[in-house]
Amino acid sequence: MLAYLVKRVFQAIAVMFAISLIGFAIQDNLGDPLRELVGQSVSEEVRQQLRDELGLNDSFMTQYIRFLGNVLQGDLGTSYFFKEPALDVILKKLPATLELVAGATLIIIGLSVPLGVYTAIKPNSVLSRIIMGLSIVGISIPVFLTAILMIFVFSVELGWFPSYGRGDVVHVFGYWETNFATADGWVHIMLPSVALASIMLPLFVRLIRAEMMEVLQSEYVKYARAKGIRPYRIYFVHALKNTLLPVITVGGVQIGTMVAYTILTETVFQWPGMGFMFLEAVNRVDTPLIVAYLIVVGFIFVVTNTIVDLIYGLVNPTVNLARMGA
Amino acid sequence: MSLLSVRDLTVKFAMRDNTVTALNQISFDLAKGERLGIVGESGAGKSITGFSLMNLLSRPGYIDSGQILFGGQDITQLSEAEMRKIRGNRMAMIFQDPMVTLNPVLTIGQQMVETLRAHRSLSKAEAEQIAILKLREVYIPSPEERLNQYPHELSGGMRQRIIIAMALLLDPELIIADEPTTALDVTIQADIMELLLELCQSNKVGLILITHDLGVVSQMTERTLVMYAGRLIEAGPTREIINDPQHPYTQGLINALPQQTLPGQRLKQIPGNMPSLTAIPTGCPFSPRCEYAVDHCRKILPEIVRYGQVEVACHEVSRLQNTNFEEASA
Amino acid sequence: MSSLSTNQPTPSRFSRLWNSNMGYSFRRNPVAIVSLAIFLIIAIASTLAPVLAPFDPYDPAQIDIMNSEYPPMWVDGADPQFFLGTDDQGRDLWSTILYGTRLSLLIGLCAVALQAFLGISIGLVAGYVGGRIDSLLMRLADIQLSFSTLMVAIIFLAVTQAMFGSETFNQYAIYFLIAVIGVAEWPQYARTVRATVLAEKKKEYIDSARVLGFGPIRIMVRHILPNSLSPIFVISTVQVANAIISEASLSFLGLGMPPSQPSLGSLISSGFDYIFSGSWWITAIPGVVLVVLVLVINLLGDWMRDVLNPKLYKG
Repeated sequence: MLAYLVKRVFQAIAVMFAISLIGFAIQDNLGDPLRELVGQSVSEEVRQQLRDELGLNDSFMTQYIRFLGNVLQGDLGTSYFFKEPALDVILKKLPATLELVAGATLIIIGLSVPLGVYTAIKPNSVLSRIIMGLSIVGISIPVFLTAILMIFVFSVELGWFPSYGRGDVVHVFGYWETNFATADGWVHIMLPSVALASIMLPLFVRLIRAEMMEVLQSEYVKYARAKGIRPYRIYFVHALKNTLLPVITVGGVQIGTMVAYTILTETVFQWPGMGFMFLEAVNRVDTPLIVAYLIVVGFIFVVTNTIVDLIYGLVNPTVNLARMGA
Repeated sequence: MSLLSVRDLTVKFAMRDNTVTALNQISFDLAKGERLGIVGESGAGKSITGFSLMNLLSRPGYIDSGQILFGGQDITQLSEAEMRKIRGNRMAMIFQDPMVTLNPVLTIGQQMVETLRAHRSLSKAEAEQIAILKLREVYIPSPEERLNQYPHELSGGMRQRIIIAMALLLDPELIIADEPTTALDVTIQADIMELLLELCQSNKVGLILITHDLGVVSQMTERTLVMYAGRLIEAGPTREIINDPQHPYTQGLINALPQQTLPGQRLKQIPGNMPSLTAIPTGCPFSPRCEYAVDHCRKILPEIVRYGQVEVACHEVSRLQNTNFEEASA
Repeated sequence: MSSLSTNQPTPSRFSRLWNSNMGYSFRRNPVAIVSLAIFLIIAIASTLAPVLAPFDPYDPAQIDIMNSEYPPMWVDGADPQFFLGTDDQGRDLWSTILYGTRLSLLIGLCAVALQAFLGISIGLVAGYVGGRIDSLLMRLADIQLSFSTLMVAIIFLAVTQAMFGSETFNQYAIYFLIAVIGVAEWPQYARTVRATVLAEKKKEYIDSARVLGFGPIRIMVRHILPNSLSPIFVISTVQVANAIISEASLSFLGLGMPPSQPSLGSLISSGFDYIFSGSWWITAIPGVVLVVLVLVINLLGDWMRDVLNPKLYKG
């Protein structure tokens, strides 16, 4: 168990190193920090002097190690636009994005398991056919189109939901302000979460259905039937647990994908999260903010993947963590 | 009264364009506590017979006609809920490959307890006590610890013992064992068979042993059915069938046994392969491979006829028998 | 008689396909027939865009800003020369959609071709060479898969755009899109191909080919690769659908095709600003085309998966 843990954490650190290297390469090549600092009205001599002082003439390795040292201390540079530490800017936006992801995840988990199980148990029923038909339409509509369609129907035409922003948020602690405390907050987060969930939900329904149908064909399910076990116990104890194991692995990867889709939903709904912020930073060529976003998102990916792998190892009795580390 | 009585059982598989007959009018009886072997090549319909008795055919297979009287009751007419009360309770099944039969994510204890509690109202602790008792009967060392183990922590032989213990949990009247040792190591096959025989005898449980191994049948069973291409071709006391096989196919099977061959000699094989169920020849299904076959055999399907203690479906045998009778009477 | 076999004309490739298992199931599946028909209509119409389109949306001389935001024909206030209306810049929507679909399809197909090329090569090498190289490549595949393609593409394109400036970026956008979508998804192919290689490598005919002195490349391409064709087929269909969605999403974010040379995604994006002022058609019509295109490809993929039933690699 420990060996596996160490191995997994080591791999996570290696990936973070690679990301930091990419981040640094971007910072090194994108934009001129000097111009941001002093503008263009300074003589070449003064420039060179400043470059020396800032260490911009040092070798690539020296500069990278300095960059890495700063990153480890939580210093990801200062945003050109906000004139604030880049990490602070992102951390202020992070709760909005995380709440959006949480809302979508709740919708996905709450619906995909019952729908996937139902369509696997009753593959020929009319309802199953409708669900499967809708699911293939669902995966064929890009997230941003779903979002636009929802705004058009529920905001512009029906006027039931607001089309942009977070509405009334309540301060919890630190930078965290929540949508889930007021009715207005709930109304605002509804459409963006549904839009964000719209492409993952059918994907998960299909995945769970396919896995479940395979498990229902297995010898141990047949054997359970031969023992006279009740159908609901076969479905929900024998089959579901075996179905969800592979789903966990895929789910971990999909959480990462969801962060990418927040950029799309946040853009359409002008949701003040870090995805929306990132696109603005790109338009303003705010290099430190772009690099900081890269590192924070990379960190989220690596951490969720590592945690999911460990959870999988813990939940699945046939995975011998001790042996996997060897 | 017999425990089990199968009458003209016909099983079909609905394919895309046509239906395939996998079992064709099978009839046999099993007395209480009797041990019966079903022999044949793979694809002859042995396993399908086993699953039909449990009413567990999976789609696209279905029982087309015939009766399965179990304790006098036709179980083909039972509802799924009524049938569930029989499965695992009065009639238990042992599957082929113990490596894939047990659910990998449930402990041995959970899988034994759920079987008991599916049929009896017992507390978890009571059920566990029975489980431990049964595990001890199949010579599982330290059974208390096994209850908390997952299948993958145990060897194949150990798992098959546990599955035998599970079959005995509710003291069934009949156990159907479908090639219970084929997936196991050769060295432990004999142990498992011996255990199964011992438990069936001591508990007076009826056994249907499905196998392709005539040697096993001769040691384990009192009566034997030989199947070929979905049909019953010979049936009778095991001793008769082994010592004096009537049907040319049964003769071929016995000649192919290593014990029947002198050292250094090649094993005698039956030429050709069993026809696939979608292309069964007219007449006797064995005729294309049969050395005695005459035109008659290729045109007309032989009925199964009783001669003394055995029943055989073969034109040649009936001709020989008849001449014997005629000679005797002359 | 030996001449009998030569008398019969060898069936054409098409008739063999038509009479195969796949052809049979296709003829009996109305969803597959309709999907293929719609896909072919869209593909042919968009390929023939220069012939079919009444206007050239890339030619500034044919665009008049005074014509902007005309609704489609069936809505009041339409101009009859613009069958589907016009967009915010006064371009004929029908022509722009034809050209845009052509771009979306082109990018999708090229990106998947690149994915397949990379993935198949890497998968063959990993499976055939084995050992350390195999475990290194598969580790890389794991890591690559754990990052969402869209995320990687967004960051890559954002940085490229910031680095080169919009002007240069827009000029080469199509190549950047193909490259980034093509590179990010190689593990899908690599894993499946590797699994086939590992399964086939054990078989005797590979040994005999090796004994006969065939080189590893010949063995891989001529003997092993044909065995992985059906999973490659199924993966490719789904991947084309995904690539088209990815391209549309990137273009929607302004990280793909520029408004002057719009793909379906950029067209939807430019229309989004006008949705509140009532000009829904600039968004809706290209949106419907995009969804129908992706949907029919996905439906064909589903049908193909059912028929070929390949062993797909599961993570």
